[in-house]
Amino acid sequence: MVEEIIYSMEAPYREKLQVRGYHFGKKGEKTACILGPIRGNEIQQLYICSQLVHALRELEHNGCINNNKGIMVIPCVNYYGMNIGKRFWPVDNTDINRKFPGMDYGDTTERIAAGVLSAIRDYSYGIQFASFYMTGEFVPHVRMMETGYQNASLANLFGMPYVVVRKPRPIDTKTLNYNWQNEMTAAFSVYTNKNDEIDETSARQAVASVLRFLMRMGIIKYEGHSGYISHVIYEENLSNVDASCGGIFRSRVKAGEEVRYNQLMGEIVDPFLGDVISEIHATTDGIVFFAHKDPLVNEGDIVFRLIHRLHA
Amino acid sequence: MIETVVAYQLAVGETLKIQKKRLMPGAGNPNIGRISIVSGIHGDELEGQYVCYEIIRRIQEHPENLNGIVDVYPALNPLGVDSGGRMIPKLNMDMNRMFPGEATGTMMDKLAARIIEDIKGSDICVDVHASDTFVKEMPQVRISEEHGKDLVDFSRLLNADLIWINASAAAHEATLTNSLNAIGVPALLVEMGLGNRVTRSFGDQITEGIFNLMHEIGIWSGPVGEIRNAKLTRDYGIDFFRAQSTGIFLPDMENGQLVSAGDMIGKIISTLSGDVLEIIQAKRSGILFTLREYPLVYEGALIARVLAEERNGW
Repeated sequence: MVEEIIYSMEAPYREKLQVRGYHFGKKGEKTACILGPIRGNEIQQLYICSQLVHALRELEHNGCINNNKGIMVIPCVNYYGMNIGKRFWPVDNTDINRKFPGMDYGDTTERIAAGVLSAIRDYSYGIQFASFYMTGEFVPHVRMMETGYQNASLANLFGMPYVVVRKPRPIDTKTLNYNWQNEMTAAFSVYTNKNDEIDETSARQAVASVLRFLMRMGIIKYEGHSGYISHVIYEENLSNVDASCGGIFRSRVKAGEEVRYNQLMGEIVDPFLGDVISEIHATTDGIVFFAHKDPLVNEGDIVFRLIHRLHA
Repeated sequence: MIETVVAYQLAVGETLKIQKKRLMPGAGNPNIGRISIVSGIHGDELEGQYVCYEIIRRIQEHPENLNGIVDVYPALNPLGVDSGGRMIPKLNMDMNRMFPGEATGTMMDKLAARIIEDIKGSDICVDVHASDTFVKEMPQVRISEEHGKDLVDFSRLLNADLIWINASAAAHEATLTNSLNAIGVPALLVEMGLGNRVTRSFGDQITEGIFNLMHEIGIWSGPVGEIRNAKLTRDYGIDFFRAQSTGIFLPDMENGQLVSAGDMIGKIISTLSGDVLEIIQAKRSGILFTLREYPLVYEGALIARVLAEERNGW
């Protein structure tokens, strides 16, 4: 393993920001790159990357990185935000993951984005551990943008339960995933069920899924569980279930659970009087793909997203 | 008449409402024009609050001069404005990157879609922004290259100092004005002043411009003051100055000043070593229309912009 500083920037009084990359395998070979938190609250993602570095060190030590293959893991970009409890860039609160492809001569976060992208472009495969702006629990999945360059068959090789293809909206065009794909890297975002706390089970699943992918692409030698046969889902086909009023949210189901049509999935309680003011029922037979976790809910919030049942 | 455009019940004892003030002429004429004035998409940009107030005040003072509908939406992000935050609270999303919204999306997606629906049908929309809390801007209209040709003539009416045709599609994508322009509602974005401040002179200047615009499109028949000739430019006419070092910026000039090539705009210093890290000098002569107010800078931070080259027509 070789540690590299892939991007650095001075700060007035803090230690220099130094984005570290850990390279495994043949020097200069750009086969697969794994990128961790761009946002300061993605603690689970940081943990997963640290565990990947740990696993790859062992694999490299045992001669399990295949000839002429090179892997880079960048465990954290925005650790400045992480150390002070901020999701975005500390000074101006901008989201680095909405600044890609960035600009060398642009503003601070555009320069960080450009610097990171210049270090990770030209890799054949790009894997990002990311988070979604809706706070809640997801079924672990691999997500990719429908840019025309996406390859859902490759995403299946992670062996995660689901592969989600998202039609990009204008808001998505400045994300790393979108721009990485436009740079002709086969880019995947891996989502586990947590962000700002660690869930060991899904972290292990995420580490195993990346190692499985690297093994199936002939980059490493690795013996592990073969994983799931992934279902490919188009995001627009998920059924959204909205809150009909605001209040305290009591969920009856978790992400990954199977539900039947009309099953009670949650309740909204009047925050002052304690009465149940709304019951939330399943709109289809299916699997809970996303579940709202915040105990408070606003009218119109999406509280569940359901995958219409795939098999009879 | 104050109308609620869209309302969603929040979790605890409160309803989020987007409201507008509708001002209408006395006599009914089904074919009258309509202008929408919006502000407060970013909760820390308060310059538009004064503009909204002045427009309503002046119309109410002389309702006899009103010949069309004026809809004033002072706070499209009321939770942000009321809590002094730029973004949508809790979601921490930039509302001006969520348009045109989505009827089946999150609460804020639905809300954005409803706002677009409500403004649709206006003959024109003016979205009044302030700068952020970092740099101060002279009053300017920013229009995209994509829709610019149709908007330049309207922009000239707004009494701004500058009209900037910006080629970067990314700067306009998912904004309210871009989404309105895409559905055929001419929409102009005004940028001026500083975040968390009201600069009354700038507000008066743009208010006069909005009355001038209303006059030109037949909505206002009252008197309008003298309108300045805005300088039109594209990206290449603007010199950007960004910090190449990290430290504290000390300006040597005032925003709005004329500069000559070589003039010292300011310097970046280290307060630990006592060194001057960087001197920022004008590259070309022109008008300093953007100047940093927030002293702390990281590499890349915007320090200043100078309008160095004008363009006469499209």
